[in-house]
Amino acid sequence: MNDFKDSKIGLDDRSKHLREMIIKTLQAGRRGHVGASFSLVEILRVLYDDILKYDAKNPKWPERDRCILSKGHGCIALYVLLAEKGFIAEEELWKFCKSDGILGGHPEHKVPGVEASTGSLGHGLSIGVGMAINAKFEKADHRVFVVVGDGECNEGSVWEAALCAAKHKLDNLTVIVDYNKHQSYGSTFEVLDMEPFADKWKAFGFSVREVDGHNVAQLKKALKDVPYEAGKPTAIVCHTVKGKGVGIAEHNMQWHHKSKISDEDIESLLEGLKEYAHA
Amino acid sequence: MRKTCLDMVYQLAKQDERIFFIGSDPGVDTLKQFKKEMPERFIIEGVSEANLVSVAAGLALEGKIVYANTIATFLSRRCFEQIVLDAGLHKTNVRLIANGGGLVYAPLGPTHLAIDDLAILRAVPNMTIVAVADADEMRRLMPQTVDYPGPIYIRLAKGFDPIVTNDDAPFQIGKAIVRGQGRDALIITTGITLRLALEAVGNLKEDGLDATILHMHTVKPFDREALLKHAKDIPIIISVEEHNVIGGLGSAVAEAIAEANFEQPKKFKRIGIQDVFPDRYGSQDSLMEYLGISPEAIVQSIRHLRLSKKPIAELPEYEVFKQ
Repeated sequence: MNDFKDSKIGLDDRSKHLREMIIKTLQAGRRGHVGASFSLVEILRVLYDDILKYDAKNPKWPERDRCILSKGHGCIALYVLLAEKGFIAEEELWKFCKSDGILGGHPEHKVPGVEASTGSLGHGLSIGVGMAINAKFEKADHRVFVVVGDGECNEGSVWEAALCAAKHKLDNLTVIVDYNKHQSYGSTFEVLDMEPFADKWKAFGFSVREVDGHNVAQLKKALKDVPYEAGKPTAIVCHTVKGKGVGIAEHNMQWHHKSKISDEDIESLLEGLKEYAHA
Repeated sequence: MRKTCLDMVYQLAKQDERIFFIGSDPGVDTLKQFKKEMPERFIIEGVSEANLVSVAAGLALEGKIVYANTIATFLSRRCFEQIVLDAGLHKTNVRLIANGGGLVYAPLGPTHLAIDDLAILRAVPNMTIVAVADADEMRRLMPQTVDYPGPIYIRLAKGFDPIVTNDDAPFQIGKAIVRGQGRDALIITTGITLRLALEAVGNLKEDGLDATILHMHTVKPFDREALLKHAKDIPIIISVEEHNVIGGLGSAVAEAIAEANFEQPKKFKRIGIQDVFPDRYGSQDSLMEYLGISPEAIVQSIRHLRLSKKPIAELPEYEVFKQ
């Protein structure tokens, strides 16, 4: 798994564009979780471009796939995609965290396209398990995808949910782990080491793959192939880089969450993104 | 009452495909018939309350009505955040069936005594809290829980509790039930404390006193209107709960009375657990009596409030609540 530890992969135009939109949203709100949004971009991009069934004009379409961003603090990456796909108006991005906007620092289910309010970690997977149990009960074809953070997996409730998912043989449920190896205080290896991470998911009854979480082709293949085994939930451990796409933010805990973001900060983020290696 | 509640879940589920049951690790054979007839809607999740509540919320977000059942302390304390966010914030149709409200598990000690559940759950927006008095009232409640919007906490008593309710007045979630027309004191009850109040009213008659009982089977939404209507002309108000006096029924009554700004001042006493962890075992009844939650305590409180112009706490001769 250490092959994945430092993804050096470059970014294509689409990945850069999405990050630019994230930076502009940060500018509008003058705050936000920077690193956690950047590590998620390719995961969410592939989900919304290639994997999920949805109808942006009918967000509650019963046959849609359910996607829960359990690591809710990465929400700006989600908001940018929801705006692009037409769930919400782009203008809402420019009201991020403002009193007259609908988009806050964590996603809420009142926002079209958001299945569940998250932000307090360790809830989304259980909610997704409930939704997946329901899909099985209804004999419905739609699937459930839950994106969790590595720090989030410190929560015991994540593992309660994992046990439950395996018990119910939820092969319609996929957990996507954004393994950027940093949490708020520091490295996940120092704060609370989750290794052997993939093995833990296996031991809890999941069928597991590991991918470079910034490699669009790898993500696409891994997500298209689910479920890997009938009768087993899937876990995809995505090795990512916190702050991916902007040199100054990568692996930099100062950019986990920022408030009072200045125009100079924005300039340096945009500059860093421009200079970033191209795929 | 507990058996009636679960029997009703089974009966209701037979008629309504939206109804699911989720238990943690209940007693063997719990809802055996439900499991046999509707196994796909019967889920046992193990000792993992946080997951249990969120899974219930996930099912409810998909349109299901989910009755989740475990012991009251584990259901109200362990998974509080899941209740606040996944049940409360999402306003999901999760029904939390809490075994052993109050002091039911007296022999099992303080880990199993739900003395703070009402306080905890009252603070959750969108939450409805119901504590009926007996199995008959449970039978009247349960059909109303199916389509009632948002999460509901259903506080169960011990079981085989004496039947003290009747169907003279229609049962409606959120509407207090009035018993009697006495003008000397107003006794507010919830759950099985209705029984204590009824006994107290009988004893008060020996003093030539007559009291009205307001049975608040629904602690939230609190029927402030009924309380104020009756409190207006009655000088003495007593709340009786099998719960800490902080944050539960007594607090709800106090808040309503304080904000009513009655022209005539009221005399008021909260009967309940005086902010202590119970330090004895025994039975529910013996522990209630030890903690000063009894018909005798109600009668004594009313007598003292009638005679004294001082706050009750300043009365040195008053012994009922001393331990």
